[in-house]
Amino acid sequence: MKVKIATVWLDGCSGCHMSFLDMDERILSIADKIELVYSPLVDHKTFPDMVDVTIVEGAVASTDDLAKIKKIRAHSKILIALGDCAVNANVPSMRNPIPVDEIINRAYVENALINKDMPVHPALPPLLKRVMPVHEVVKVDLFIQGCPPKNDTIFFAIAELLEGRVPDLTTMTRFGA
Amino acid sequence: MPNGSNIKVKTLKIDGKDVSAREDQTILDVCKENGVFIPTLCHLEGLSNIGACRLCMVEVEGSKKLFPSCTTAITEGMSVITQTDRLKHYRKMILELIFAERNHTCSVCVSNSHCDLQYLGQKMGIDHVRVPYRFPKQSVDASHPYFQLDHNRCILCTRCVRVCEEIEGAHVWDVSGRGINAKVITDLNQPWGTSETCTTCGKCVNVCPTGALSDKGRSVAEMTKRREFVALLANRRKEKV
Repeated sequence: MKVKIATVWLDGCSGCHMSFLDMDERILSIADKIELVYSPLVDHKTFPDMVDVTIVEGAVASTDDLAKIKKIRAHSKILIALGDCAVNANVPSMRNPIPVDEIINRAYVENALINKDMPVHPALPPLLKRVMPVHEVVKVDLFIQGCPPKNDTIFFAIAELLEGRVPDLTTMTRFGA
Repeated sequence: MPNGSNIKVKTLKIDGKDVSAREDQTILDVCKENGVFIPTLCHLEGLSNIGACRLCMVEVEGSKKLFPSCTTAITEGMSVITQTDRLKHYRKMILELIFAERNHTCSVCVSNSHCDLQYLGQKMGIDHVRVPYRFPKQSVDASHPYFQLDHNRCILCTRCVRVCEEIEGAHVWDVSGRGINAKVITDLNQPWGTSETCTTCGKCVNVCPTGALSDKGRSVAEMTKRREFVALLANRRKEKV
């Protein structure tokens, strides 16, 4: 039976997903063994009941991210934090020392030339007071550092998991790699 | 060895191996001489040792305490153990606390891939930080014409303070505040660019283990550091005496 895999994009730049795709033809060697059941790369709208491995890119920055990650954790057997944003909140967290209101005001009012207005739309999730790494909110089973982690690292991690082993990534990647 | 001194040789064990060393050496000196790796951050060859970062702690047989190897002198017959689960546990914890204390965003750091903290994080197998990050509001001082100081990335090792005092002899740097409010300052806590004592030698920038001190005009990962000169200068001065 194929291993059900999901990938999720929270507050990040999608660089980790790009690195994932950068595995090039090696994706084909794992494609036979996996079924991509949910991802920004495919068109499934709802997160499945239960997936074997969920790979999360990005930090938890909004109420939407928070609800998403909690739901995802409840429906995933193995949760992987992929990349520095997921592992240590990275660049999104650089707003943390500054109050949220000040940040939004700076972006949408102080620095705006036209339409100086605070964004208020029901579809826009409010920002959390501080951006958090994924493991501060839910349990994470595997951490893959890097900004973004190299395609070799991601491939190695997935290939090892598919073989039923816990990948040792300590020599392959680090913060900021 | 200084000329004409009567320094004696002592014997001890490092990880069960018999070694001999001069009586004025520290445990760290002896370990380095014998190729035993001990992680350090505040220590730098050529500067005085202050035992601040506590990463170099070792166990000494017969004592329950842990000893900072950089400031602990050897004694005859002592048996030092440098790698145990307990030491690994504390070393990892120290590094994680340092990462959590300020804003070390490695991916956008001028010293990315040329950083002692980042290197040791990897070497000690830290794949995430288990304590909540503090995200303090820290400032950047770019008032100096050639260098800049980013408090977000400072780990308070005081290498800059010591190299300026002990090698350059200018004593521009100091530490103000206590505990979590401590920070390195120049002269009387004034912008670095207005310092009247700074000789612009750049020694502090080169000994800094992280991206806290860097050359201006360097982008992410471009700030490489040169450190060998500290030991070289210190040794030459010793020989002259």
